[in-house]
Amino acid sequence: MSEKTVIIKIDGIEIKAKAGQTIMQAADEAGVYIPRLCYLKDLTPHGSCRVCTVKVNGRYQTACTEPAVDGMEVENKTQELEGLRRDIIDMLFVEGNHFCMFCEKSGNCDLQAEAYRLGICAPKFPYLFPDRDIDGTHPDIFIDRNRCILCGRCVNASRDVDGKTVFEFVGRGSEKKVAVNADAKLGDTNMALTDKAADVCPVGAIIKKRIGFAIPVGKRTYDQKPIGSEIESKS
Amino acid sequence: MSDSLQKKIQEICQSSNNDRARMMDIVQSVQKEFGCVSSEAMNLIAKATKSHHVEVESVVSFYSFLSKEQKGKTVIRLCNDTVDRMKGCQEVAKALSSELGVKFGETTSDGKITLEYTPCIGMCDQAPAALINDVVAPNLTAEKVKEIVKNLKKGVDPSKLSLGKGDGNNTDSLIGAAVRNNVLKVGDVIFADNDSGKGLENALALKPEEVIDMIKVAKLRGRGGAGFPTGLKWQFTRSARGEQKFVICNADEGEPGTFKDRVLLTEKFDLLFEGMTIAGYAIGASTGIIYVRGEYAYLLKFLKSKLKERYDQRLLGKNIKGKSGFNFDIRIQMGSGAYICGEESALISSCEGLRGDPKTRPPFPAQRGYLASPTSVNNVETICSVTRILEKGSDWFLSIGSTNSSGTKILSISGYCKRPGVYEYPFGISITDLLNDVGAEDAKAVLVGGPSGQFIGKNEFSRIICYNDLGTGGSIVIFGPKCDLLKAVDEYMEFFVEESCGYCTPCRAGNILLKKKLEEILEGNGESADLDYLQSLGEGIKKTSRCGLGQTSPNPILTTLKNFKPLYEALMKPQEKGMQPTFDIRAALGDAEKAQMRKSVLYKN
Amino acid sequence: MAKPKIATASLAGCFGCHMSVLDIDERILKLIELVDFDKSPIDDIKKFTGRCLVGLIEGGCANEENVHNLKYFRENCDILISVGDCAINGGLPAMRNNIPLKECLDEAYLNGPTVYNPSGKIPSDKEIPLCLDRVYPCHEVVKMDYHLPGCPPSADTIWEALVALLNNKPLDLPYELIKYD
Repeated sequence: MSEKTVIIKIDGIEIKAKAGQTIMQAADEAGVYIPRLCYLKDLTPHGSCRVCTVKVNGRYQTACTEPAVDGMEVENKTQELEGLRRDIIDMLFVEGNHFCMFCEKSGNCDLQAEAYRLGICAPKFPYLFPDRDIDGTHPDIFIDRNRCILCGRCVNASRDVDGKTVFEFVGRGSEKKVAVNADAKLGDTNMALTDKAADVCPVGAIIKKRIGFAIPVGKRTYDQKPIGSEIESKS
Repeated sequence: MSDSLQKKIQEICQSSNNDRARMMDIVQSVQKEFGCVSSEAMNLIAKATKSHHVEVESVVSFYSFLSKEQKGKTVIRLCNDTVDRMKGCQEVAKALSSELGVKFGETTSDGKITLEYTPCIGMCDQAPAALINDVVAPNLTAEKVKEIVKNLKKGVDPSKLSLGKGDGNNTDSLIGAAVRNNVLKVGDVIFADNDSGKGLENALALKPEEVIDMIKVAKLRGRGGAGFPTGLKWQFTRSARGEQKFVICNADEGEPGTFKDRVLLTEKFDLLFEGMTIAGYAIGASTGIIYVRGEYAYLLKFLKSKLKERYDQRLLGKNIKGKSGFNFDIRIQMGSGAYICGEESALISSCEGLRGDPKTRPPFPAQRGYLASPTSVNNVETICSVTRILEKGSDWFLSIGSTNSSGTKILSISGYCKRPGVYEYPFGISITDLLNDVGAEDAKAVLVGGPSGQFIGKNEFSRIICYNDLGTGGSIVIFGPKCDLLKAVDEYMEFFVEESCGYCTPCRAGNILLKKKLEEILEGNGESADLDYLQSLGEGIKKTSRCGLGQTSPNPILTTLKNFKPLYEALMKPQEKGMQPTFDIRAALGDAEKAQMRKSVLYKN
Repeated sequence: MAKPKIATASLAGCFGCHMSVLDIDERILKLIELVDFDKSPIDDIKKFTGRCLVGLIEGGCANEENVHNLKYFRENCDILISVGDCAINGGLPAMRNNIPLKECLDEAYLNGPTVYNPSGKIPSDKEIPLCLDRVYPCHEVVKMDYHLPGCPPSADTIWEALVALLNNKPLDLPYELIKYD
């Protein structure tokens, strides 16, 4: 039985998509990279970072949530969209406290990598230097909320994959943050090192202890090749 | 763990069948009973509803009327909307603060009274106003506040305070509010006398599809602001696959400056209930939910009693009006202070007992809404219009209003005008005519559709209210010749920053950055490049935000940049070349000078 | 025609970025053919001797002297470049930015576990510049023309930037040279 396929155009180039796929899934398989942060294959799309905003038949949509429909015309790599993405990345940098120079995730961080890919030398917005907390109570896992970009990956992974609901968002607006399922701290939860939720953080907000800085500078994921290269090399 | 807390919370959870989807009702009851939802209470609720502590916290921390920290038995929430500020809210605030001896956000030392600000409570026609627990205190003055605080301190129950006299059903013993309806213009559709029950009777004589056709022919469009064709929405919901379907009435009007639903709920509840029943019949839904904003909790007992009357008359429940197999129930879901819940998918989240986060679309609510079932969400005014269309026919409805905008629009008009209140006009009324009616001929600017709408100036007052020109959910705020428009813009940006749910980046962070730049300009530290910055950032937020809030929140800035640019330009001063005008060395040194008790040598004042 | 001039400064930084300038190794000989160095800790010239084409600024503004110095550079340089993460976002010193200054001073001079300070006072000699309430990125104090990120930016990054500017070309760093660590 053959699956139904649809044809969509991304930046004028036709690609095939399976019925029911999102634009992101179809693009990934076709070797077209659409920048993203909160999206992670295998997790329910969250659609919160908005980095994957594309223009679909003239309307702004997130590629990670928008189903591919036959005949759709998608704009991805345009000056306008790259500008909007740059603004969003800039916002995420100034909204938190991102000190890359001593972050264990540096070189393997998706936020940083998207900024590199866009050629950002400094954010255009003023730094907000918020007061955020850290939680080192768990024996194997460390939370640094200064670096959290509220992508929801840990929330989804813990709930949907691990079946634990260790994490959930609390508060709203600028007060919104990832909280843990306990009166107090992560050490009081049933989080385990083997949980999917311990693996999915795109930045250095959820860090496994005692393995930092193991890979030398120059050999890290994004030192030589931009994020998305592995997808683009498929095409 | 105290046994009484445990017992009471088990009781509360049981009364909602320990149903996690009824989390809003549960946490509201706990808040009311204990003045907070403590961490201990969260554990108990989580246990009873088979959810997690952090999920309960997630809900409690989202809504401004719920709190983890202990609040006083009495909570005074003074509305600090822009209209209230026009009408002297600051003096009232000062009086409240000094009489109670606390600042806003604090609780009196005896733990009895908490003082807070709250955004628009739907009382702009009687501003400044406050909520004292559920009780509305309109037309406040510093004098009145002294009296109120004196009585509250004596232990007088908020419902027993003498706050003035209401009118219409506000005087009903189940409401007993000092609120006035201020219906100053009665139109043909909603406020005109109707033949109660006729609409439903006519509907039940038709096939559901024929009812939907009537709504389509009448060209009824959503009155909440987005203007989606109602018949089409119903058709989608009806034809969507799902065992159960739902009708939800959005009575969460939170747009600053709107208050029409307050009056409709008070006076036109039968039109609303009847319309929902018709919607249920047309869509094939057996359950309706009215989501009422927390600010209107004073109407709850009354509305419940009116619903009960309808059950007694067989207008709700099973086999309605003898129509075998047509069952329809209505329940009321109270909100708890979150503007975002007026957005239909956020409202659905809230009805499900979750944080009021908007949902990912597609799927749209018509396909997958409340509890994953097809759901039609309609505004109060839209549903009231439905009843009338079924009563008097599509052609009658089409004959009212303007081309492509049939029927009437109810406007909540407030701000700088002699006669603030609720006005029902046929679509097509011009701003000029409207200003004449309300007594604001010399207005400088009109905010059409509230802050998520647009500021327009005199040269555009000939424009008309309709879907093709000035669309609006109904909020009209008028600014007089002496109003400081940009200060109002700043206040509205503060509102959006506070009310953003924080889900998506551009709305959560972008609005803060917009407001920050606007503040710098207002402080006289702006330069012309800043106006481009506001424009481009504002447009970016609109393009990339996930829901209607972020897609409209930059409007106060963008529409004043378009229509009142000279106001911004007048604030620009020549700046020292190469320097950043926003950097203030004196302010930056203040902390050090204080801590080290000496003045700077390099930067003497 | 006289050679264009370059000046450098280290504000609230660690001199690591200056080390990176020296790391251009033998290319420094070529650089000296192209430019003259004016005010800089490298040559210990304290005051500008004339208008400079390029000013390289390391470090953010943590105290009033940093502000004074940065403004002095802005007045005397055509092109001002933030070199390194401290100049761009405050860097490590900016970790104090969400702690009130008084608490920082108290911890450093009065209450810290290793503090020996019989006077019980925070040092306040007039020779010591007063700290700012927080550490400011350079571009929040004066207008900066370019940013070279990194902690420090590599010698190659600095070299590429200087060569581009001296040849009047747009500063367009290749992927490998934009690094925040």
